[in-house]
Amino acid sequence: MNKKPLSLHIDVEKLIPATEEEKEYIVKMRPSTTFFRDGAKRFLKNKVATVSLIVVLLITLTSIFLPMFWPYSYEQQLGIEPGKAVDSTYNNLAPFEYGATEQAKIDAGEKVFPHVFGTDSQGRDYFIRVVYGTRISLAVGFFASLIVLVIGLTIGSVAGYFGGKIDLIIMRIIDIIYSLPDTLMVILLSSVLGPVLEGVITGTVFAKLGANMISLFIVFAVLYWVSMARLIRGQILSLREQEYVLASQATGAKGRWIIRKHLIPNCISVIIISTALQIPNAIFTESYLSFLGLGVNAPMPSLGSLAAEALNGINSYPFRLVFPAIVISLVVLSLNLFGDGLRDAFDPKLNS
Amino acid sequence: MNTKTLVYVLKRVALAVLTVWVVITVTFFVMRAVPGGPFASEKAITPAAQAALEAKYGLDKPVMEQYFTYLKDIVTKFEFGPSLKQRGRNVIDIITDGMKTSSKLGVAAALIALVSGIVLGSVAALRRNKIIDKVIMVVTTAFVSMPSFIIGSLLLILFAITFHILPANGNADGGMILPVVTLSLYPMAYITRLTRSSMLDVLGQDYIRTAKAKGVSGNKIIFKHALKNSLIPVLTYFGPMLAYIVTGSLVVEQIFAVPGIGRSFVNSITNRDYTLIMGTTIVLATLIVVMNLVTDILYKVVDPRINLE
Repeated sequence: MNKKPLSLHIDVEKLIPATEEEKEYIVKMRPSTTFFRDGAKRFLKNKVATVSLIVVLLITLTSIFLPMFWPYSYEQQLGIEPGKAVDSTYNNLAPFEYGATEQAKIDAGEKVFPHVFGTDSQGRDYFIRVVYGTRISLAVGFFASLIVLVIGLTIGSVAGYFGGKIDLIIMRIIDIIYSLPDTLMVILLSSVLGPVLEGVITGTVFAKLGANMISLFIVFAVLYWVSMARLIRGQILSLREQEYVLASQATGAKGRWIIRKHLIPNCISVIIISTALQIPNAIFTESYLSFLGLGVNAPMPSLGSLAAEALNGINSYPFRLVFPAIVISLVVLSLNLFGDGLRDAFDPKLNS
Repeated sequence: MNTKTLVYVLKRVALAVLTVWVVITVTFFVMRAVPGGPFASEKAITPAAQAALEAKYGLDKPVMEQYFTYLKDIVTKFEFGPSLKQRGRNVIDIITDGMKTSSKLGVAAALIALVSGIVLGSVAALRRNKIIDKVIMVVTTAFVSMPSFIIGSLLLILFAITFHILPANGNADGGMILPVVTLSLYPMAYITRLTRSSMLDVLGQDYIRTAKAKGVSGNKIIFKHALKNSLIPVLTYFGPMLAYIVTGSLVVEQIFAVPGIGRSFVNSITNRDYTLIMGTTIVLATLIVVMNLVTDILYKVVDPRINLE
């Protein structure tokens, strides 16, 4: 207690350096975590989600990098060599069987890389076709979801920001597209877009992708943005009315600050989660269309078209259906579980 | 029914009608956009014969006139014109023929999915976190992640090719078993999960605790109080289930060679039989839209707590 409250005399005791004990109050026990670090921590605690993330990563990396090292390519018909007659011993090999010339090499003591899954009816190494098909399916899923995200984000935020008549019109359009039976429309559009695009794209860079694949992307762009747009519009509408936005405005925050600090962080997790969950959906649709013959163009494989091809020889070569079937189920399952895990970890509103 | 409900129902009906009209319009103009018209694939056809064909199918008239004729025929006579590839047959006859088989397949699959889904879901909810619950959840998760063509093909390999228990062809005796099972697995898994979560939700409600406190027997609580209320979310799945069964039947009928509407639709796509594609799309789409409409309205009527938006 200061005995002379009005004295300007300095209390010497206040100038004594703080003891170690006192300092500890100020020391940060641990660095403050950000929203994403916090979510990532919660995500990694979820074993199922972590395992599915690992599976997804493994499959993705394999499908990207393995074809670079594999001695066979997905379109190379092993029985066909320039200047020679077609060697049909390469067609329809069972796993770990070899064609006639390869067998001769092995007998001569040379090493030949095995056909792990055998070959298909055209004498193409089936393993690399499955790997390549996985790559195509994943790529289609990823890019289709990206298209959906961009279109949905644009239209949804326009509807949410401007409100009024624009919102009303956009929402009515969304209502109608939403109530269209999507798969039937997808089939209809891709069966027609294929031949239409065929003429347009010949000779351009898109020709390599194939008309069917492009029509698939167009179909996604036309039909599947609606749920994303709805979601983002709803998010923006409700976030704008939140108390913390009001509080921020009351303390003098500018629009840019509110958008950066409040709207985007609260919106982005929902956006990422629904994009992640869109990927398996797109893979599903692509494989379904490929199965009906409306997917990727031959000789490019996708998991769906491989399964469809395998169905023709199912009596003799059932294993050829099993491989793409397992991969596709694994991919879709782990992507779904991964998306669920993301939602549990990053959606703040679910953490009750 | 109060005015609010009536307004809601009217709005939904209007939306459904609008949707069907959009489907018809989109289908019509999309088909007209195909380069070369529907007879382009026909080999070496003389210009005169081409003109005669086009006159026969009314393709020489202006597009808008064709459109209104097409719309009028559908609305007034439920008529989709003749098939382009199956000479002498009308699209609507092909559709009704296919529907006879497909509706049996679809109804059987839907019933199996409903009954087994509700039973399995209730069992899982009542034995929560026990082994049986976990097994049911793992299996249904697997089924939800498998496209119908994969399930169908794997069943085909297993039962028809490896063990020869069931026929692979849908026309043989007992040939419908595999297609029905294939088609029912996904909706069954979905309904199981739906029933389980809503049952768990209901079991935590106050009125269940009250019933228990009053000394109501376990069975009576489950069947009288819990099950009834937990089935409401299942009701909302009726529309999507029909949509799944319709689209699933396209591949399932293909795999098992079932002579239904799905198979004829897929064949019409490969044959470029444009009138058949249009007709089938419109009929199936209308079916799905109507079913969604009925589901939505039923849902609001059954559960008065739901806010009419």
